[in-house]
Amino acid sequence: MTDQSQYGEIARNGLWNNNPALVQLLGLCPLLAVTGTVVNALGLGLATLLVLVGSNLVVSLIRRQVSDAVRIPVFVMIIATFVTCTELLMKAYTYELYQILGIFIPLIVTNCAILGRAEAFASKNGLLPSTLDGVMMGLGFGAVLLVIGGIREILGHGTLFANMSLLFGPVAEGWQLTLFGDGQGLLVAVLPPGAFLVTGLLIALKNVIDGQIARRRAARRAPVARGSKRVRTTGTIS
Amino acid sequence: MSSPEDQGPAPPRLTSSIRFNSLVLGLFALVTALLLATTYLGTRDTIAEAEREAAQRSLLEIFPPDSHDNDLLDDTIPVPKPYWSTLGLDKGGDIHVARRDGRIVGFIVPAVAPDGYNGDIRLLVGLRPDGTIAGVRVTSHSETPGLGDKVDLKISDWILGFNGKSLGNRRREDWAVKKDGGSFDQFTGATITPRAVVARVLRTLLFFRDHGGELVKAAKKATPAAATTTNSKAD
Repeated sequence: MTDQSQYGEIARNGLWNNNPALVQLLGLCPLLAVTGTVVNALGLGLATLLVLVGSNLVVSLIRRQVSDAVRIPVFVMIIATFVTCTELLMKAYTYELYQILGIFIPLIVTNCAILGRAEAFASKNGLLPSTLDGVMMGLGFGAVLLVIGGIREILGHGTLFANMSLLFGPVAEGWQLTLFGDGQGLLVAVLPPGAFLVTGLLIALKNVIDGQIARRRAARRAPVARGSKRVRTTGTIS
Repeated sequence: MSSPEDQGPAPPRLTSSIRFNSLVLGLFALVTALLLATTYLGTRDTIAEAEREAAQRSLLEIFPPDSHDNDLLDDTIPVPKPYWSTLGLDKGGDIHVARRDGRIVGFIVPAVAPDGYNGDIRLLVGLRPDGTIAGVRVTSHSETPGLGDKVDLKISDWILGFNGKSLGNRRREDWAVKKDGGSFDQFTGATITPRAVVARVLRTLLFFRDHGGELVKAAKKATPAAATTTNSKAD
């Protein structure tokens, strides 16, 4: 049960095959709302990752002690606690970023990806796989946030990694890459429709890649299968 | 999830499971509450510090630390109620007083331009006692990113154009965006936002010309209290 291949499967599911943002399409509200820049996306991605890992871990720990009747309220309580703690910590140490992300930090509670993983995975699996699932799902979600944030920041502001000091302190002061001048950005990329467009394009891209992989796999398998079948067919007819 | 065996005999099963479940729920509520309380207590001071710093930042941008020697954040007088509407404040606000060696060197007046493109634009207008603008800052707004948000100093330095201007050294017609015949740049694609800001700054200046004397009087009266707060801060 707890072998290498299972962990590989969990990782592949979280990062690609069952990615919470691109496949499960869960937690789209924060995904669309805060991905205007890389730093916002990273801030929310990290917060979500933290909550997801914490809640999966605790839910898996207590899965035998809590009966089915009260499990949902207990899960929600656990998730709400993690979110509130994360919110307080962000407020204390990354105050400006907290102000930018605003309501979307408390709203992580309602991110269905988190309750979804608690219910669908952590409540049925051991401590280690559940924690790993939290990490991978969180990373998968965060990676999509980052990509969308990056694309929208480049198109809309002409910069990349602007204001990273909000998250990493003064060290990150010089991380900003300016690609083209101010005011030449594509306004629509910064506005909400831009978020939908970029997300849609990413989902399409993922489907194209998946289709390509499937076709290649089929192509590799096909000649063998067809060949043997033909032999058998001619055999029966004659 | 739980098998019938560990629920006890049949008749009291329902009551016992209710009792057990409530116990579990209660226990979890207790543990999570404890956890939250610990985090809250652990971060409370850091959060207060961060909030204070953030509130102070705009004030210190208008009157830099070397231009005054009091605590801008604590040294305040309330905006007199009759003038709330003049400044666009619907819930009142505090005017920060900057002093140096006991002399008043400036005021930071809160004002709200309610006619931004996307609702309220909150401003801080720093004024020297002679009515010259020391600086204007936007503290919160929801203008369109890429267009109207250039009033924010983080995005562009348009707002610095107010520095040093006063009713005395500019004609009345100049207090408007260029499109309306004034001397302030509008932004490409966004005239409403700068128009709202310029109009509100002008009204703040007029308010200060007419009622600045009252503010000076109130600020002078507030000195002892302010001095004690400054001292207690230093301890």
